[in-house]
Amino acid sequence: MQILTPILILAGLGLVFGIVLAVASKAFAVEVDERVPAVTDVLPGANCGGCGYSGCAALAEAIVKGEAKPNACTVGGNEVAEAIGKIMGISVEKTVRKRAQVMCSGTCDLTTSKYIYEGAHDCIAAAKLGGGDKACANGCVGLGTCADACPFEAITVENGVAAVDYHKCRGCGVCVATCPKHVIELIPYDSAHWIGCKSAEKGAVTRKVCEVGCIGCRLCEKNCEYGAVKVEGSLAVIDYEKCVDCGVCVEKCPRHIIWSAKSQGDGLTITCEVLKNK
Amino acid sequence: MSFTEVLLMMFGAILVENFIFSKFYGCCPFLGVSEKPGTALGMGMAVTFVMTISSAVTWAVYYLLLKPFGLEYLKTVAFILVIAALVQFIEMFLRKFVPALYSAMGIFLPLITTNCAVLGAALVNIQNGYDFIGSVCYGFAAAIGFTLAIVIFAGLRSRIDYDAAPRAFRGFPLTLIAAGLLAMAFAGFSGVNFS
Repeated sequence: MQILTPILILAGLGLVFGIVLAVASKAFAVEVDERVPAVTDVLPGANCGGCGYSGCAALAEAIVKGEAKPNACTVGGNEVAEAIGKIMGISVEKTVRKRAQVMCSGTCDLTTSKYIYEGAHDCIAAAKLGGGDKACANGCVGLGTCADACPFEAITVENGVAAVDYHKCRGCGVCVATCPKHVIELIPYDSAHWIGCKSAEKGAVTRKVCEVGCIGCRLCEKNCEYGAVKVEGSLAVIDYEKCVDCGVCVEKCPRHIIWSAKSQGDGLTITCEVLKNK
Repeated sequence: MSFTEVLLMMFGAILVENFIFSKFYGCCPFLGVSEKPGTALGMGMAVTFVMTISSAVTWAVYYLLLKPFGLEYLKTVAFILVIAALVQFIEMFLRKFVPALYSAMGIFLPLITTNCAVLGAALVNIQNGYDFIGSVCYGFAAAIGFTLAIVIFAGLRSRIDYDAAPRAFRGFPLTLIAAGLLAMAFAGFSGVNFS
């Protein structure tokens, strides 16, 4: 008899809680739009936050509510946008796949430093101390805050300048928002040319602090048949809508600051000859 | 318990007998959910919420159900049952009626279902023979102590992340060392005695 009371009480407790929970799950049921989990499943699930929402589930909710566009996910690209469009029953505009590009070539041996930095290992902290230790006011700080922020582990710091692995980059733009120097830009994924410099200083100043910085000599602008390269201030900028990747500017640039990559398989690869020239 | 007694008991529960540093309850969320101060605070809030309510409910279960039948020895298993069911119920309730609170701490609630700090508070209440008000206040204060510890620790960890520590120490080793140093700081309260 003695063993019966505890068994009954425990079993009774379990039964009561079971019934209460079963009733509660019916009574407190929240109606969920079934399109939300469907859209969440289609999204990449990296929760990178590149779309501006806290994660893929939050974006899915916003898309279903109509607050976000179905092509808001830059990581998923056209395939995901189309799949979402199918679920939502609407047509979707095409988007251009983008990739992040670090617009700086000032590696440790090509630039000078203003002072010896010994603070926290973080670009944002370093940039607050007189703009970082690199003599160039616009160059990559090289402490890898973008690499830490990248949800796809696509960025590594090599010789003082961050480099993006194009095979891994999904173009979410998290690094662009993180970089205190604004030296990373999103450019169309297939474009093979970019200016590896962000220096806004005059040519003479840039020449002093960096061996490869853009001096605004306009040679690229003069030689471009398509009008795709323009020097704004004292910095060359490529207009990717006009650029046809002919590569003339790469040869003409006296500072070897215009980079060229070639398409290889599923992504871009920097050619060895270009690396040798830098 | 008188008002002064409750107040002193709460002070003791927060600082002197801190759940994490003196009793070693709730060490897994302390190390697992302390990477960012924001999430640490969310976890702390969820623990505070659940621990206060579960202290009240387990007190009632013990004194109204187990004790009259002489089944005190069943308290551990009965409390686990009560807390697990309670957390599930709270989760459903919040989701329906307080969506703002649910989105703030919803993801932490399932983690608390089997949290030893919550069970620990319920058992300490019985061990120390607190009355109903005392139990609720103790549960609340112990959870505030937990929140204090986890938020301070998250602040420490976010600073450690930026240090150029030797490679072998990066990550978890340095986290454990920092936890040890923080526990030593809290040991400074151990001499405080009001009785």
